[in-house]
Amino acid sequence: MNLSRPARLLLRVALVAGLGVIYVPLAVVILNSFNADRTFGWPPPGLTFQWWRSAWNSSGVRDALWTSVQAGLGATVIALVLGTMAAFAVQRYRFFGKNTVSLLIVLPIALPGIVTGIALSNTFHTVLGVPLGMLTVIVGHATFCVVTVYNNVLARLRRMGLGLEEASADLGADTFTTFRLVTFPMMRSALLAGGLLAFALSFDEIIVTTFTSGAGVRTLPIWIFENLFRPNQAPVVNVVAAALIVVSIVPIWLAQRLSGEATTR
Amino acid sequence: MTAGAAMGDAQATGLRRGVAAFLHRHARVRLSLLLSAPLAWLGLAYLGSLAALFVTAFWSTDTFTGDLVKVFTWANFHDLVSGDVYRTVALRSVGVAAAVTVIDLVIAFPMAFAMAKLASPRAQRWLVILVLTPLWASYLLKAYAWRVLLSSDGILGWGYGLTATIATLSYLWLPYMILPIYAGLERLPNALLDASGDLGARGWRTFRTVVWPLTFPAVVAGSIFTFSLSLGDYITVKIVGGKSQLIGNVVYDNIGAANNLPFAAAVATVPVVIMLVYLAAVRRTGALENL
Repeated sequence: MNLSRPARLLLRVALVAGLGVIYVPLAVVILNSFNADRTFGWPPPGLTFQWWRSAWNSSGVRDALWTSVQAGLGATVIALVLGTMAAFAVQRYRFFGKNTVSLLIVLPIALPGIVTGIALSNTFHTVLGVPLGMLTVIVGHATFCVVTVYNNVLARLRRMGLGLEEASADLGADTFTTFRLVTFPMMRSALLAGGLLAFALSFDEIIVTTFTSGAGVRTLPIWIFENLFRPNQAPVVNVVAAALIVVSIVPIWLAQRLSGEATTR
Repeated sequence: MTAGAAMGDAQATGLRRGVAAFLHRHARVRLSLLLSAPLAWLGLAYLGSLAALFVTAFWSTDTFTGDLVKVFTWANFHDLVSGDVYRTVALRSVGVAAAVTVIDLVIAFPMAFAMAKLASPRAQRWLVILVLTPLWASYLLKAYAWRVLLSSDGILGWGYGLTATIATLSYLWLPYMILPIYAGLERLPNALLDASGDLGARGWRTFRTVVWPLTFPAVVAGSIFTFSLSLGDYITVKIVGGKSQLIGNVVYDNIGAANNLPFAAAVATVPVVIMLVYLAAVRRTGALENL
C-alpha cells in the first residue's frame, strides 16, 4: 500500500491512543474496586479486598445476577429461533416485501430503547392486561435481540451456498435429515456467536427493562442503577462492575475464536 | 422392540418423509412457515405496540383522576410544537446525537483503518477482542466511571452538563462505530489501494476516491447505532448531564412523575420520526446490510 511512513505511524498512534481512551475508565473501575477509601478518593490511600467480600455476600447482587441470567437465556433462545427463521426466509427465497422484513428486524435496535420500552409496556398494561414481570422482560429483550442472530446466520448462509445441501438431497436425505446433518452443523458457530451477542445485549440492557419489569423483577443493571447513588453501596456496585469486565473476556474470546474458525475454513 | 412399536416407528418415519416431501415441493409453504413466527412477533406484536402507542398520543389524561381519556385530541402535539422548551430539547437532542456521531466517526475511522490494513492477521484478532470487550462491561458503570473522571475534583474535572453528556455518550458508543467500519475496510481488497497508488494517487486522494466511497455504507451503519443510541438516551444524562435534559428525559418524566402517557407518547414520536427519516435516507446506501 502506498502510505507514507509518517501516515502509517500516525494511524498506529491513533489506534493506540483510541484504545487507551477506551480502557482508562475501565481500569479506573477495576482499581477502585480495591480502593480502601469508600468514596474512591484519588490516589487510593490503600488497597483492600473488603468490597469484593461484601459483594460476594450480598444477596441483592446474587438475586439480580440470577434474574439477569434467566432473562438473558430466555431472550437468547427466542432470538435464536426467530432470527434463524427470518434469516433463512430472507436469504433463501425471493418474495414481495423482503426488504421490509429486514428493515423490521433492524427496527427494534434502530429506534431508541425508550420508545420500544414504553410501546411494549403500554401494550402489556392497557391492551393485553398482562402483569409486568419476568415474562414481559424476556419478550422485550427478545424483540431487540433477534437482529444479532439474524445477522450472523444471514452472513453464514450467504457464504455457505446451496451445494452441500443439494448433494445431501441427491444422496436421498429428506429436508429434515439434511437440516440435522448438513445445514445445522455448518451454522452452529454462527448461532453461537449470534446467541452470545444476544445474551450480552440482554444482560446489559436497562431502558427497555425499566419499562417492562414492573416492581418484582430486578435485573443486574436495574440493581446497579438503584444503588449507584447510594454512598454506602458504591464500593459494592464498583466490584460488580469490575467482576463483569473480567468475566466478560471469556464469552468474547469464545465468540471470536468461533468466527475466526469460520473464516479460515 | 415389539411389533407395534416398530410399526409406530415406521408410521412416524413415513409421516416425516411425507411432510418433508411436501415441504420440498412447495417452496411457498416453506417460506410462509419460516416467516410466520418472526412476522407475528415483530410485525404484529412489535409494530402493533408502536401503533397503539401512536394512537395513545392523540388521547389525554384526566387531570383529577389521572385516568386515560380515550377521546381524539391534537392537544399533545399542539403543546409539543408550540412549547419553546420542547423545541429546544428536541434540537438539543439531535445536536447531541449528531455531535456524538461525528466525534465517534473521527476517532473510529483511523482506528479501524489501522486495525484492518496495518495490523497482522494475528494482531487483528486481538484488536477486535480489545474493541469488543468494553461492550460487555456494564453501560451504567462506564457512565459512572466518567462521572468520577468528570467530577469537579476528578481527573478531568470538566463538571457535569452538555459537554459531559457528549463526551460520555461518544465514549459509550465508540465500539459500535469501530466495528462496522472495520468490517467494511476488511472487505475492501488491498489490491484496490495498490492499484490506486500505482496510478499515482497519494494517500489522501486514495482515501477520498477509493476508500471512503466503498466504506460509506459501513460508516452509515455505524452512525445508525451512535445516532439512535444517543437520541433516546436518558440515563447518561441523569448520571453526568446536570441540568440539560434530552428528549428521553422528557418522555421518562412524563411517564413517571407526571403520569401523562399520552404526552410521553407524543414526545416519543419525535425520535421515531427522526430515525425513520434517517433509515429511509440511508437505505439506498446498503447500510442496513452492514449492521
